[in-house]
Amino acid sequence: MGKRIGMEVAVAVAEAVGLCNIDMAAVYPITPQSHIAEHLSDLVADGHIDAEFVTVESEHSAMSAVIGASGAGARSFTATSSQGLMLMHELLPIASAMRLPICMAIANRAVSGPLNILNDHSDIMPQRDSGWISIFVENGQEAIDMSIIAFKIAEHKDVMLPVNVNIDGFQLTHMVEPFEMPSQEEVDKFLPPFVPHATLHPARPVTMGAFAMSDYFAEIMKAKDEALKNSKKVIVDVWEEWGKMFGRNYKLVETYKAEDAEVLMLTMGSMGETAQMAIDQLRAQGMKAGLVKLRLWRPFPFEEIKAAVKNAKKLIVTDRACSFGGPGGPVFSEIKSAMYAEAQRPLIYNYIYGLGGRDVPVNDFTGMFEKVMGDTANKLADTYEFWGVRE
Amino acid sequence: MALKTWKELPIGCVVFEPGSASEYHTGSWRSQRPVWDNQKCIKCGICYVFCPEGCVQQTEDGFFQADMDYCKGCGICAHECWPKAIAMKEEE
Repeated sequence: MGKRIGMEVAVAVAEAVGLCNIDMAAVYPITPQSHIAEHLSDLVADGHIDAEFVTVESEHSAMSAVIGASGAGARSFTATSSQGLMLMHELLPIASAMRLPICMAIANRAVSGPLNILNDHSDIMPQRDSGWISIFVENGQEAIDMSIIAFKIAEHKDVMLPVNVNIDGFQLTHMVEPFEMPSQEEVDKFLPPFVPHATLHPARPVTMGAFAMSDYFAEIMKAKDEALKNSKKVIVDVWEEWGKMFGRNYKLVETYKAEDAEVLMLTMGSMGETAQMAIDQLRAQGMKAGLVKLRLWRPFPFEEIKAAVKNAKKLIVTDRACSFGGPGGPVFSEIKSAMYAEAQRPLIYNYIYGLGGRDVPVNDFTGMFEKVMGDTANKLADTYEFWGVRE
Repeated sequence: MALKTWKELPIGCVVFEPGSASEYHTGSWRSQRPVWDNQKCIKCGICYVFCPEGCVQQTEDGFFQADMDYCKGCGICAHECWPKAIAMKEEE
């Protein structure tokens, strides 16, 4: 049986990965690294897990090393954040095109400049189109659970794609939280051994990552898009299986007091818990407010989002990054795109907030609701605003 | 060679057949072809050494020729040939 413990979330993620029988991890060992890699190196050095721990000179090399190891058939893991993720950028679409089920924990942190290091989503958003499955977690328990689940999704024979688990830097990674840590026996039962679709081996020569010209490139891109879209079904199934085994159920899109809500808010990541408190306050005041939490960013759950928001009059989409010179926040852009062809859809508002680690207390969320409720002429619909920015 | 549809591609486009790149005839890219003048050729083999495709071969009589299935027409052989025995001729 799993046991109830209190632990720093980043350390707990390393403990969870340590239960997954990984063959190797390659990480850049210093900043912007988190305790995820630090504690994983302890687990390897102290002999708790039998894995190669490769410390490399950059995140570009870390991603290259896990690509190589995964190609050789190793269950491979890496972790990074912020500038480190940016440095991996070039390799990310290669990992997905080669259909290598690498798992990566990302302690989401702001991208320079200016140099900041604190939490927002500006590191993962530029990686959106790299063909990875992208999961956002809300709390420490989810971070642990998804870190284990990620391997099962990634390595499923109908998926074979890399997965990143987004864990808000500091606001989650550096918190000490109570949670239930699954036991080794339980994880062994849940997670079968990795069966690669092909491996690099001298006795069975294959070519991975071959050159492709214009006569094949489009077909390969189409295959990648379909693979990512088809992974949604497996993700739902694996989360269901996890729920049956561990009693913690996860959906692509979670709702909170949303059924009869006139105004909905949508969050992604750790802000969901604070927003939930705001919903309780607003409900106590008689306002029909509700919350929608997006857990899966890629593949984007279009149908589930439509079903969750269609009955609301207004929808506040919150973003922790900006697509500069574009439509506002990247989540806003996606939700608008999802709702564009729907006959019945809410007015959609966008607030970009919590940038570079700025605190977002409950009254910021209630403030957003009040502002949107007060927009009786609907002048602010379809616009975006940097919430709380000094004018 | 019939082109595969996207559904027929192996996962991750892994190539399971070693050496299958030889089925890809890069000679179709060529706009100019090397033509040897064996009156000028001294059989030094510098064309053989410099061909980046490895498609220049020595014949039984000691002269050289390119495998037109793979010669991309880059002209390096003609550039390096100091007796100027190789001319690049436009393809039709």
